[in-house]
Amino acid sequence: MTARPMLELVGLSKHFPVRSPFGRITGAVRAVDTVSLTIPRGGVYGLAGESGSGKSTIARMIMGLTRPTAGDILLDGENITGQAGTRAYGRKVQMVFQNPGSSLNPRRTIGQSIAVPLEAHAYPRAGRAARIGELLDMVQLPADFARRYPHELSGGQKQRVAIARALAVAPKLIVLDEPTSALDVSVQARLIDLLVDLGRQLELTYLFISHDLSLMRNFAEEVGVLYLGRIVETGPTASVFEHPAHDYTRLLLASVPVISAEEEAMRPRIELIDGEIPTAEKLLARRQASHLPQDP
Amino acid sequence: MVDVASETPVRRISNAYQNWYRFSRNPTAVIGALIVTLVVLAAILAPWITPYPEHVGAVVNFRARHLPPSAEYWFGTDNVGRDIFTRVIFGLRISLLLALVVLGTAVPIGTMLGLLAGYFGGWVEIVIMRLTDIALAIPPLVMALAVTAVLSPDLVNSMLAIAALWWTWHTRLIYSITRQLRTQEFVEAAETLGASKFHILFREILPNCVSALSVKTSLDAGFVILVGASLSFLGLGIQPPTPDLGTMVASGSAFLPDYWWESVLPGCAILVVALGFNLLGDGLRDLFDVEDVR
Ligand SMILES: Nc1ncnc2c1ncn2[C@@H]1O[C@H](COP(=O)(O)OP(=O)(O)OP(=O)(O)O)[C@@H](O)[C@H]1O
Ligand SMILES: [Mg+2]
Repeated sequence: MTARPMLELVGLSKHFPVRSPFGRITGAVRAVDTVSLTIPRGGVYGLAGESGSGKSTIARMIMGLTRPTAGDILLDGENITGQAGTRAYGRKVQMVFQNPGSSLNPRRTIGQSIAVPLEAHAYPRAGRAARIGELLDMVQLPADFARRYPHELSGGQKQRVAIARALAVAPKLIVLDEPTSALDVSVQARLIDLLVDLGRQLELTYLFISHDLSLMRNFAEEVGVLYLGRIVETGPTASVFEHPAHDYTRLLLASVPVISAEEEAMRPRIELIDGEIPTAEKLLARRQASHLPQDP
Repeated sequence: MVDVASETPVRRISNAYQNWYRFSRNPTAVIGALIVTLVVLAAILAPWITPYPEHVGAVVNFRARHLPPSAEYWFGTDNVGRDIFTRVIFGLRISLLLALVVLGTAVPIGTMLGLLAGYFGGWVEIVIMRLTDIALAIPPLVMALAVTAVLSPDLVNSMLAIAALWWTWHTRLIYSITRQLRTQEFVEAAETLGASKFHILFREILPNCVSALSVKTSLDAGFVILVGASLSFLGLGIQPPTPDLGTMVASGSAFLPDYWWESVLPGCAILVVALGFNLLGDGLRDLFDVEDVR
C-alpha cells in the first residue's frame, strides 16, 4: 500500500467571468482548466509556466483565497474543497507570496508580522517572543530583526521573514508562489538552499511555482508544465528537462538563461521565426499547421 | 549566516527623526503647526493670558464703548465696552470644542463604516455606501439650519447636526483605501495565517489608514470651524453672552464701517485658525505622501 499523498488536485478548474462594459457576462477566462497533480509526502513539485498561465490561481485555490469552479483539492487524503481557509486547515498548509514587497505589512514590525499566526492559533503569549526569535533563526536572520520594519530589509530578507511566518504554525505543505522571482540570482540560489535545508529538517512538502526553469531543475523532484491553464507535460524533473515532449516545454527551456557550456548543450533547439525566438502561440500554430496535412 | 543579515546595508536612522527633518523643511507645514499650537495653547490658557477675563460675561462699561485698537485694548472694544481681544481668545475655545466634538464623533464612526464597507463588500458595502451618498447630498449648513430650526438654536444641536453629516467624508476615504488594501498580499497572508476579521481590520488595515486620516482630519478641522462660525453668524450657534467668533462678527457688523474692528478682527481670527489647520493638513499630506486626500 502506498502512503497517502500530501496534496492531490483532481480536475481542478477556475473560470473567471468576462463582463461587457455593462456588467453582462459575455464569456469566461479559463484561468485553470482541469488540472490534476499529486505531490507525495515530503516531495517537491515544480509548477512551471509563463506569466498568466494560471500558476497563482492554482496556489490561491489551494489556500482557499479563490473558490474553484470545479474539481477537488485533497490535503493529506482529506477533501478540503469546502473548508479551505479555515483555521484547522491553515495549520497544514501555508503560502509564501510572489512579491516580498507587499506580503509584509509596511506599518508593522517583522516581529508583529510573525506573531500573526501565533496569535491566531492561540500560542501562549509568554512564549511568543522566544518563538519569534527561534523562527527568525530558522531562516538565518538575527533575532533583533523582530524590531525592524519591512522597509529596512532587503528583498531576500523579506522573503525569509515570509518563510518564517509561514513556518510558525508548523505546516506540512508550503506553497511557494514564485518566491524568488523578485530577487537577483545570487540571492535566489541562497534562498533555494535554505528551502531545501528547511524541507529536510522539518519534513516539509513543497509546491514550488516558478517560470524560472533553471531553479526548478535544482529544486523540484517532479515538474508540471502549465500552458494556458492546462498541464501540458508532467514527469520527473530530469526526464522532462532532458527529453521535453511538448513544444511549449521546449520553448520554456530554450528561453532559460544558461551559465555553463554543459547546460547550453542540454538546451533544446528551437527554430527561429523571423530571426527571433517565437512566441508560444506562433510556435504552436506553426507546428499544428505542419502536422495537419499528414492527418487524413 | 552572518552575510544574510548584511545582504544590503540598511541605514538605521530613527524614523521619528527622519520625519521631523522632512517636516521642518516644509515651510507651510511648520507655519500651520505653529498656528495650531498657538491657537490651542491660547484657548487653554485663556483665563490667564487675557487682559480682561471678566469681560467674557455680560459686563457693561459704557464709558469704554467702541474704542479703537490701542495699547490698552489690542483689538478695541465692542458696543458695551468689552475688550475684543479677550473675547476673541475665549472664542477660540468654542471653535476648537466644536471641531473636537464633531471630528471626535465623525472620525471614529466614519472610519469604522469605511473599513466595514471596504473589507466585507456585498450588501454591507451597498447599505453603507448608499447611506453616505444620501448624507453627502445634504450640505452641512442646511442640515444644521434644519436641525436648529426644529430643536432650539444652540451649540449642542448644531454640533450634532454637523457631526451627523461629517462622517461621510471619512467613510469614503477609508472605504477607498480599504478596497485597495484588501487585495494586498499582506492582508491575504494574514487571512491564510488564520487571523481574525478583527485583527485584519484593526491591526493590518487601519494602521495603513492613519496618515491619510490625520491629513483629512486636520483639513476638516478648519472646515468645521468655518461651518460653526457661519452657524453662529446666522444666530444658530452659541447664544450670547458666551464669546463666539461667528457671533462677534455678526453683532459687530451692525457697526460697520465706523467701528470696523468689532467684526473684522474676530473674522480674521476665524480665518487664521482655519488657515492654520489647512496648512498643517497640507504639510502632513506632503510628509506622508498621500496625494489623493482632499
Ligand atoms: N480575479 C480575477 N478575475 C479575472 N481574471 C483573473 C483573475 N485572477 C486571474 N485572472 C486571469 O487568470 C489568468 C491566470 O492568472 P494567474 O495570476 O494565475 O497567472 P500566473 O501564472 O500566476 O502569472 P504570473 O507569472 O504573472 O504571476 C490570467 O489570464 C489572469 O488575467
Ligand atoms: Mg502569479
